[in-house]
Amino acid sequence: MGGYLIRRLAQSVVILLGVTVITFALLYALPADPARMIAGRSATADTVARIRSELGLDQSLPVQYARYLGRLLRGNLGRSYAQKIEVTDLLRSRLAATFWLMLGGIAFELLIGLPAGMLSALRRRSAVDSSVMLGAFLGVSAPQFVVGLFLLYWLAYRWGLFPLGGYGTPAHVILPAFALGIAGGGWYARVMRSAMLDVINQDYVRTARAKGLSEPRVILRHAVRNALLPVVSMVGLDIGTFMGGVVVVESVFSWPGIGQLAWQAIQIVDIPVIMGVVVVSALAIVTGNLLADLAYPWLDPKIRYG
Amino acid sequence: MRQRWMGLAVLVGLALLVSPVAPTWGQNRGNAMTVTFKDDISTLDPAIGYDWQNWSIIKSIFDGLMDYEPGTTTLVPHLAESFTVSPDGKTYTFKLRRGVKFHNGREVTAADVRYSLERTLNPKTQSPGAGFFGDIAGVKEFTDGKAKEVSGVKIPDKYTVVFTLSKANAAFLHIMALNFAYVVPKEEIEKAGADFGHKPVGSGAYKVKEWVLGQRLVLVRNSDYFIKGRPYLDEIVFQVGVEPNVAFLKLQRGEVDILGDGVPPAEFTKVMNDTKLRTLVAVGDQLQTGYVTINTQVKPFTDVRVRRALNMAVDKQRIIRIINNRAVPAVQVLPPLMPGYDKEYKGYVFDVAQAKKLLAEAGYPNGFSTVLYANNTDPNPRIAQAIQQDLAAIGVKAELKTLAQSTVIEAGGTKGQAPLVWSGGMAWIADYPDPNDFYWPILSCSSLAQGTWNWAWYCNPRVEKMVEEADAMVQANQAAARDAKYREIYRLVMQDAPWIPIFHEKRYTMHTARMGGPPGLFNDPIHIPVHYTEVRLVQ
Repeated sequence: MGGYLIRRLAQSVVILLGVTVITFALLYALPADPARMIAGRSATADTVARIRSELGLDQSLPVQYARYLGRLLRGNLGRSYAQKIEVTDLLRSRLAATFWLMLGGIAFELLIGLPAGMLSALRRRSAVDSSVMLGAFLGVSAPQFVVGLFLLYWLAYRWGLFPLGGYGTPAHVILPAFALGIAGGGWYARVMRSAMLDVINQDYVRTARAKGLSEPRVILRHAVRNALLPVVSMVGLDIGTFMGGVVVVESVFSWPGIGQLAWQAIQIVDIPVIMGVVVVSALAIVTGNLLADLAYPWLDPKIRYG
Repeated sequence: MRQRWMGLAVLVGLALLVSPVAPTWGQNRGNAMTVTFKDDISTLDPAIGYDWQNWSIIKSIFDGLMDYEPGTTTLVPHLAESFTVSPDGKTYTFKLRRGVKFHNGREVTAADVRYSLERTLNPKTQSPGAGFFGDIAGVKEFTDGKAKEVSGVKIPDKYTVVFTLSKANAAFLHIMALNFAYVVPKEEIEKAGADFGHKPVGSGAYKVKEWVLGQRLVLVRNSDYFIKGRPYLDEIVFQVGVEPNVAFLKLQRGEVDILGDGVPPAEFTKVMNDTKLRTLVAVGDQLQTGYVTINTQVKPFTDVRVRRALNMAVDKQRIIRIINNRAVPAVQVLPPLMPGYDKEYKGYVFDVAQAKKLLAEAGYPNGFSTVLYANNTDPNPRIAQAIQQDLAAIGVKAELKTLAQSTVIEAGGTKGQAPLVWSGGMAWIADYPDPNDFYWPILSCSSLAQGTWNWAWYCNPRVEKMVEEADAMVQANQAAARDAKYREIYRLVMQDAPWIPIFHEKRYTMHTARMGGPPGLFNDPIHIPVHYTEVRLVQ
């Protein structure tokens, strides 16, 4: 276990490094000059050149990257070109919001997806099965922007049940989390359905039935627990992707999370902020995957890491 | 195991569902106003802030020597009590008001005026506005580090500032009304360091009460403001990160007062046809022209006949319909609100036959191929497509390149690269209401260098000389003559046809019925979206 953990951590470091190299190269390959964007439209060529050298943008790309990495290792993500503030401050101000939305989103995914998937599997090839799978298909394919506006219009604007976007109270998190849950829940339902179908034909399920256990006990105790394995790795992935920011849902619901920050930064090519978001997202995804992998042996004693 | 999983899920679900659901979400605001924005508010440092969002907020926290009568483009002394201009137009003497205080209680003095300007000019500040002050004597020496002070700024006593210019500039008073010349307290800047933009201290009508990054900025009235009775509101709350469609719903529910990003395009027709909503929209002009630049240094556009032919080929009315008639057609460089706008000038009339004839005369009876660059945010690609179709009708096959804003700006400012650029989403809104702001940065010979905004790469030395003469007409009694001269200048520019002027956008500001004050405040040409110091609640 210890050896496995060390190997996985070493892998993560390599992945993170790779991510910074690629993003750095991509961002600086853009035919947009950050110095000129800071300098504004009325700046003289002199001013632009001065700003370029102040930012170190006149250095070669490898030198710039080495400097960036050096700062990164000391926890310094640089200053936002547009907002003139430390990127770490910007990220810190948005982490809590993203964290709550991640929790809420995953909760709704599970609440919607697991029962739907189980129901579908147990009533296989029935009208229930097809309607659940159609619903899952719709949930997965509906554009989140439209779903979000629809929820806001009816549940918040027309019926006044929820606030019209924003952040602050638990009531604020329900709609955006539900919007995430609709899409993710569709995936969960499909995965849960096929995992359940796999499991209920296994010998140990037959054995459990033969032992005379009640049907709910067979399903919940023996079937579901084993069917949850793929779901766990999906949760692990979702922790990562949601912590990296859900751009569309956060934007529609005025949710002050990482995704909204990323979206704004991309539009104005605020390179330090984009880099910061990418690093945080990559870190979150790597961590989420690691958590999922570590959860497997806990769920299924057959899995062991040597 | 089962219990653990299910228990957790049920707990989370319940926690989310039973949380108190309040019936209203912030309708009771007292004497306060709420404004929504999609994007975060960036820095509020007057030397640095330069986007349409922070520009007016900075104006409500800081003051300059000059300002404008609310709702107009008429200059008035502000921190200055009075000013005089020397006969040669090169010396400006400002007398400061006494007793004006910064938010920290210290009096504003002439030394602060000089300190603030030198701070903007200091390359370390990285001010995007430093270039506006190039006519003040000694600026170059100062920015090059050869002088410790700007020799053209003198403070003979505590309440007097004297500016000496190396070259007369009739727009100098406008330049002193720019945010970049606003007065900041040195001690607060030294205290806050690089974070001054997020901890701004000025002398203006409002002070910052609270700033939660990514969520809201709250301004509170400065009860010691030097203009008695201003501001009217106790508080302004800026909600940021609000999607415009959602902001529109919030406004109809009365939760917010002003749509900072305007009416969402998809709702525009509905709003304007709805008798009730229509009354909440203030319509006005802005100092803006949307145009296609024709690169005068790229073949075949080196031939003026080709450029004129393009001017006759574009159906501007059709393009305006694309944006729901939110503009008026443009025939010249200057927008209608600008001094020097030529009411008589008719420009190039839409005439496909005449355009084809001109192309044939220039040696292109079958047209040619070229490239049209445009910003990739809606509605600009649709506008570019309409232009592309119009050009195709005279045989000009324009390949469309719709790209990110910064990429288009870079292409336009690179010599010989972009033959045609649609300016929408990028240019040009005046920095200050003087006709020379549509010449020096975007049409002058002197602006031609890598990174220029003169995307037509246009240079006519005769015109440039006339502009210099016009800018030397600095006395108040010369204003009419100067406007006339500018009309002549821009007629000459249009004869050279470096642009296809397309339209002048109108401004539509949506606000709740509780907001009041003269209607001009909701379409102030300087303050966008509204004049924060002057708007008030309906009594």
